[in-house]
Amino acid sequence: MKALIVRFCALVLPALVALAQSANAALPEIKTWETGAGTRVLFVAAPEIPMVDIRVTFQAGAARDGAQPGIAQLTSMLLNEGAGERDAEAFNEALALTGAQFGAAALKDMAWVEMRSLTDPAYLKPALALFADVLAAPRFDAQAVAREKQSLGVSIQRSAQDPGSIATERFYQALYGDHPYASPQLGTADSVAALDAAAIRAFFERFYVLENAVIAVVGDLTEAEARQMIEDLTARMLHGEAAAPLPAVVPLAEGAVIEVPYDSLQTHVRSGQPGLRRGDPDYFPLLVGNHVLGGNSMVSQLFKEVREKRGLSYSVYSVFEPMAELGPFRAALQTGSAQREEALAVLDQTIREFVSNGPSEADLEAARQNLIGGFPLRVNTNSNVLEYLAVIGAYDLPLDYLDTFRERVAAVSADDVREAFARRIDPDLFVTVVVGRVEKPDEAPAGES
Amino acid sequence: MNQPPNPNKVLLRPSAPGRLHKARVWLASLAALWLGATGAALATQQDAEAISEFVLDNGLKLIVQEDHRAPVAVVQVWYRVGGADEHDGITGVSHALEHMMFKGTESLAPGEFSEIVAARGGRENAFTSADYTAYYQEWGAENVEMSFKLEADRMRNLKLTEETFEQEIKVIAEERRLRTDDNPSAYAYEVLRATAYETGPYRQPVIGWAEDIENMQLADLKAWYQRFYAPNNAIVVVVGDVDPAAVHALAEQYFGPLAAEDIPPPRLRTERTQTGTKRTDVRRSDARVPSLMLAFKAPSLPEIARGEVDAEPGETYALDVAAAVLAGDGASRMHNALVREQGLATSVYAGYSSVSRLTSLFYMVATPAPGTSLDELEAAMLAHINALKETPPSDAELARVKAQVIAESVYERDSPSYQANLIGSLEAVGLGWQVKADYADEIANVAPAEVSAAAARFLTPERMTVTRLVPEDEA
Repeated sequence: MKALIVRFCALVLPALVALAQSANAALPEIKTWETGAGTRVLFVAAPEIPMVDIRVTFQAGAARDGAQPGIAQLTSMLLNEGAGERDAEAFNEALALTGAQFGAAALKDMAWVEMRSLTDPAYLKPALALFADVLAAPRFDAQAVAREKQSLGVSIQRSAQDPGSIATERFYQALYGDHPYASPQLGTADSVAALDAAAIRAFFERFYVLENAVIAVVGDLTEAEARQMIEDLTARMLHGEAAAPLPAVVPLAEGAVIEVPYDSLQTHVRSGQPGLRRGDPDYFPLLVGNHVLGGNSMVSQLFKEVREKRGLSYSVYSVFEPMAELGPFRAALQTGSAQREEALAVLDQTIREFVSNGPSEADLEAARQNLIGGFPLRVNTNSNVLEYLAVIGAYDLPLDYLDTFRERVAAVSADDVREAFARRIDPDLFVTVVVGRVEKPDEAPAGES
Repeated sequence: MNQPPNPNKVLLRPSAPGRLHKARVWLASLAALWLGATGAALATQQDAEAISEFVLDNGLKLIVQEDHRAPVAVVQVWYRVGGADEHDGITGVSHALEHMMFKGTESLAPGEFSEIVAARGGRENAFTSADYTAYYQEWGAENVEMSFKLEADRMRNLKLTEETFEQEIKVIAEERRLRTDDNPSAYAYEVLRATAYETGPYRQPVIGWAEDIENMQLADLKAWYQRFYAPNNAIVVVVGDVDPAAVHALAEQYFGPLAAEDIPPPRLRTERTQTGTKRTDVRRSDARVPSLMLAFKAPSLPEIARGEVDAEPGETYALDVAAAVLAGDGASRMHNALVREQGLATSVYAGYSSVSRLTSLFYMVATPAPGTSLDELEAAMLAHINALKETPPSDAELARVKAQVIAESVYERDSPSYQANLIGSLEAVGLGWQVKADYADEIANVAPAEVSAAAARFLTPERMTVTRLVPEDEA
């Protein structure tokens, strides 16, 4: 197979470019406009299924927590716990009767609120009325606030019994120091205990505003119908200001290994450094290069070296998570604690070799083929398209991001990858978080307790 | 929200990293309770037109569902063998074999299968449950032929070698540590099943007991492969932008020549009648959050169809409604009472899968609010269960459940892989894919009194198992 790839390499590249251009007919056509209030909308008509998805994205993630870690998360959790005339119980009862599904989430940069409904007006109309209440008038009743604080407190405890979550949280803290991205996603027991309805309302009124929102819509509607629907949906939303840009991430001055003792059978590892912005000029070389290193699930170099050859870990990968400012480049694995040193060494060596040497032509070609050939799977469902619209809108990516995706992947050369990794990735500056037992060499592997 | 960890489905590799999922993105839908199986009146007509079924002479079944929205297809091969077919000492062999199915055939080197799929932009994975083992590729529809070629090859020509097995069994040991032994909730759920089931094979974890994984022999896998991997034990499902007749012709070409095998059916022990409530506590020093799980033995549709239990199919639909009414979502009785009004729990969830091959569990899990004891929480949950036996669901409660089933039957059409999973799992447990089309009608036909009757019959102390996860510092 390897030999085949090399042999076909020279022939395949032009063919891929041709494919990239010819298949655009299958791409969703993105319509975009501003509402009367000036909020940007991205819309794709999907007439095949009588349903619609709407996602409203705000720059309201944990990076906006400031002195109140957990407030972005708690605000998000409270959005469907009572809105408008209805308390939590009445709201959820009414929502369930419409068959609509409601969702809300907060990440680092963004928070979003979304709804999926049938387009049959008998269901859609009441569902939209409830969604409009969420967007304009969540209640933050004292009882609901107390309850969700308690629930978030339990989630924090639950994370503390999961060595993988502990590792990820510590990794973010070490990577970002004083930057807002270091703020713990769920907050801490103390910080959450200090939050109250007034603080949450203030957070909502600051960030869940028309000027800080982008709306994505995919479904069985005409553009005219979508325009009217969004005008109605947003009519009562608050006005305010877009969130201020986040500060730039300060690059790490030196690498570090952080040991977190934890009584688990496996040791969990997270290793990396600040990596990539959304819309970054190095995006495509780093995406394609990382596909070779640890992104292309069952054929990546990390998968082969760590899992296939040595059986050290069930899950092993590397990933760039582009954010508004430098999101992390992160490699991860978990392994039985007795073999942690071997796993750490293989991880380090595989990454270093890749950064020094770049990909072989054959590996690069395989990665390009996977990304280009797999492109239709990125846009084959309404859910996937909605996700792309939201990201394109929220990060102000070019509207032809999807149209040009394949040709930009096809254009990445081995030199592009090598140079981009040399500019951006330096294993000497990696933060490596290691959560688990430190075993004595003569100790038998841990029993299955 | 606080759904059970899912040891019933063990994946070859973890799902893609990089996306954070929030705990409560979607309200729990009825679909999740029934392995996702719905199919309302709205969708029925379309399904009936768009699904084609073929049986090859060698017994292989092919089911094709057309979805022409995008030029892609998902191809799945299901084998009617899973963790429940295993006996003591070789638990986990179905799952171990699933891993080894990527390690080469007479004509492909280890890993080459995955390289071919990756080079064409494919996604692939495999999963094992107590009832079945399945493999899939998702890629451009023009690659269906390549899927068939690769799958037909590894159905009969797998090359099981000591070298690849030696590494892969270590990976599986790591998988068990990750998914179960280092995860207090998953570990407690494993204990729950091992407690609830006495004689039946559902007491075994799909991934296998740790010691069985450690002692697993290549010869065990060879025997398993020889016995179960044959066309007459396989179901091929294709959903996507395809022409059923053309797919049928490809199936004849690639799977048609494979010889059927005489497959002696496993001698599965039935679950003997439980005689009283069982209780286990799981005390762990690494647990921070206590939880309470209640499980009641409940009939499955396949065992009803086989005439093995004294129950009617309608009773399973009534139990689906009971789960939804009690704690299926954020508008349910127990969420309102225990989480919102009384503040006894931070989450509560109920679910029941009627489509398992053998006797199922009606399952509930709740997390106590700080300051609430597990005993108080249990008493409160049982009070709601007992109340349902006396007080049938109101019209509003039924309307809510039915609206969600109808809506879900439309939403699920957005996901071809979900459609394929549904068809494959219904076939693998012996029910047939046609069952899904009737689901919404069956739910619509459930009368309030039937819900109470089903609760009274099945949600009883004699059928109950209680497993509590107790952080050690609270013990």
